[in-house]
Amino acid sequence: MGLMEKCFGFSWGVHPADHKRPAADAPVRVMPMPERLFVPLAQHLGAPALPAVLAGQKVKKGERIANPQGAVSAAIHAPAAGVVTAIGEIPAPHPSGLPVLAVTIEVDGEEACDGADGGPPPCDDPFALDPAEIGRRVAQAGVVGMGGAAFPSALKLSSSKKAGVETLIINGGECEPYLSCDDRLMRDEAPAIVDGIRIMLHATGAREALVGIERNKPEAIAAMREAARAHGDVTIRPIPVRYPMGSEKQLALTLTGREIPAGRLPADAGVVVHNVGTAKAVSEAIRHGRPLISRLVTVNGGAARAPGNILAPVGALVADVLAFAGGLKEEPARLIMGGLMMGMSLPHARVPLVKGTSGILALSAAEVDDRAPDPCIRCASCARACPMGLLPLEMARHIAADDFAGAAGRGLKDCIACGCCAYVCPSRIPLVQYFAHARGRLAAEERARLRLDATRKMAQAKSARLAAEAREKAEAAARRKAERAAAAAKAKAAAEAEAAASEEARALVDA
Amino acid sequence: MNPIAYQAGRTYASPHAHGGGKGARAMFFVQLALAPATLFGFWLYGWPAFFLWLVTILSALFFEFTCLRLMGNKTPGRVLCDGSALLTGWLLAMTLPPWAPWWIGFIGAFIAIVIGKQVFGGLGQNVFNPAMAARVALLISFPLQLTTWVAPLPLAAPPSPGWLESLHIALGQAAPPDAMTSASLLGYARSELARGADLLQAFAAGQAAPRISWLGVRAGSLGESSAPLLALGGLFLLASGVIRWHAPAGMLAGVLVPAFIAHAAAPGAYLDAQAHLLSGALLLGAFFIATDYVTTPITGAGRFIFGLGAGIMTWIIRSLGGYPEGVAFAILFMNALTPLIDRCTRPRVFGRTRAGEALEAGASSGESA
Repeated sequence: MGLMEKCFGFSWGVHPADHKRPAADAPVRVMPMPERLFVPLAQHLGAPALPAVLAGQKVKKGERIANPQGAVSAAIHAPAAGVVTAIGEIPAPHPSGLPVLAVTIEVDGEEACDGADGGPPPCDDPFALDPAEIGRRVAQAGVVGMGGAAFPSALKLSSSKKAGVETLIINGGECEPYLSCDDRLMRDEAPAIVDGIRIMLHATGAREALVGIERNKPEAIAAMREAARAHGDVTIRPIPVRYPMGSEKQLALTLTGREIPAGRLPADAGVVVHNVGTAKAVSEAIRHGRPLISRLVTVNGGAARAPGNILAPVGALVADVLAFAGGLKEEPARLIMGGLMMGMSLPHARVPLVKGTSGILALSAAEVDDRAPDPCIRCASCARACPMGLLPLEMARHIAADDFAGAAGRGLKDCIACGCCAYVCPSRIPLVQYFAHARGRLAAEERARLRLDATRKMAQAKSARLAAEAREKAEAAARRKAERAAAAAKAKAAAEAEAAASEEARALVDA
Repeated sequence: MNPIAYQAGRTYASPHAHGGGKGARAMFFVQLALAPATLFGFWLYGWPAFFLWLVTILSALFFEFTCLRLMGNKTPGRVLCDGSALLTGWLLAMTLPPWAPWWIGFIGAFIAIVIGKQVFGGLGQNVFNPAMAARVALLISFPLQLTTWVAPLPLAAPPSPGWLESLHIALGQAAPPDAMTSASLLGYARSELARGADLLQAFAAGQAAPRISWLGVRAGSLGESSAPLLALGGLFLLASGVIRWHAPAGMLAGVLVPAFIAHAAAPGAYLDAQAHLLSGALLLGAFFIATDYVTTPITGAGRFIFGLGAGIMTWIIRSLGGYPEGVAFAILFMNALTPLIDRCTRPRVFGRTRAGEALEAGASSGESA
């Protein structure tokens, strides 16, 4: 950070109380299979997967039940053996609770062997594989980014290879308060993570891997250092504790000093960022042929009776996970999927866990501390906290006046929705809500504009077609008229000739 | 509790927790920082000063309440609790001559709250600092009352007016006796310069010439008498993070640097830096007025420019203009420039150049590395 920026207050981010312990220190508990699993077809960024099973069909654990469709998508596998009872709509793990398509599996307890059908074949020496083959196998295993965004990992690996990425950044920041699933994973599974990192290095062709871990996780740092000791190309880098350090752009800047250009991919700055959980999933997929069907999820919050990390199958209901984790002490003021700062509030607990679910937070009223907003006093706390260098108060002022284009012109597209601004706002203005609203309105306007364009084009095409038809008709009519005229002229000439002939004949007769 | 039973009443946007800061806290801290200088002022100028202070604050609260009711606010009490109207009244009282009659405070509060703030839409919407707008309006409308200063008469001193007498003064029924009035240092310098005198001789010769007093035992408003206590309050605000250093530093530099240079060049025509620092509510302006959130720029750079501009304007008005003091005018002038300064001092957006274009792919930014 330059001296000017330091002096004039460009010190991004916030320092919320992390609430990671005691959940982070409790050993992982493995959740038994619930009776039913609800596996949504859209668990990743991009197009939903296409179901490959029929209702009533028996599936084995790890069997592929949905195929990727389109350029950006991911395969989905059965988290447990059982019978597909329905392929239909269930409430989405989203604040709206709107219906999404999901495969419902009645678990019958028959554990089939790993890697049946759907997953990639196990492999003892991944480094002998072609990098492109690693990407294919990762896609086969349905691995997506485990940090929350759930971008299909195979695509990231292959595009990194094409872009010639130099540095692989592994995100062990876990800057979100309350969450400790990555911390727990690094403590317990450091060798597998490092193995996955090395496989990803091979797949991307990057020279080195930098693992950024916030300094509030000394046990994870020690375990990862130990695991990476033998590998010179994997470096463990403790980083300052500051939210949102785990954001792709901020992490890349902190670790490499490179700034990802606005509107571009990290690969344009020569880096690619993967989560530690993704590294573990890649190692599992390549070494053992195991598809991504379960994950570590942190159950935490003041209303949770026994905070800790749970290894839960994808598709398990939040209610089941909470019940297994010890239940709730009190009615939660808010139930959150994801982290405190960026997670989504859930409409109820009957929504399933997905591949990108890092935490379930049952927050008490005291933790949420709801209060009605006051007017903005331009204190600029939000501007100081914004990690993107935006002026949230100015954007909010435009949005409050329904000037969404004005907000877009002031960096709405650069906003990463980290929530720092709303977290520090002394007037409690729900700034993230403002920005989400404006984005929605802009998207709707864009859709309306596209529709209008399409309509206009169709209308133009129609009038052009009608004009052409009319012209053709007129031409045809003219042609016919000309033909008729010619015919008439010919007939007339013939008649005249005839008349002349008959005249002649009469003359002859007369004569 | 059964997790199945949970039903959210509504959807909530992230983040799902808050850092805990409150706007009212900042207002309270500013009031706390003003308290020592205010109490010292009461001691120095006696009960009339207290009465004027009280009337101004109560009037400010009254007008705020009335406006909120007129605008259909259902919970005016809650808004009053944010402390902003109280602070505006307090700051205005700090800039008035301590023995001014009550209606000065009343009218001032009306101008500050109704015309300076609520007409613009209430808290956070006003363009000009309400207290400064009121002070300037009063100064132009009632020049006599606004320039009648009393010599310090500590509360315990024998000639200090008693309770009842003070009430008479505050009610405007008794003017301060001539023997007690005194010119402020800036006013004296201005009138001496106006009649063509040399400042050095004027201050050296005249028995009546006001003296600089670091302690503040001299004529002036509550907000200018005690420089050390005002500075103390300002440092407290800096330390507690309520204000930041940019605007005060800019404003002090804006006054002191030109004052130092001009005095060094022509000591007979320009006051020295020390006189500027201790006079005319410069410290009040730098720490309490130029740091007002609502009417000043939002970035550190912008605030520094704001302070610097206000400081330079203050010095220009004091030294070259028609009024003896210029803090209020300078602040209002810079308030008007605030949107422009904000526009010119936007921070660089991550991944973009200062002009707002996306950075070149592959180039790493040295600026933030």
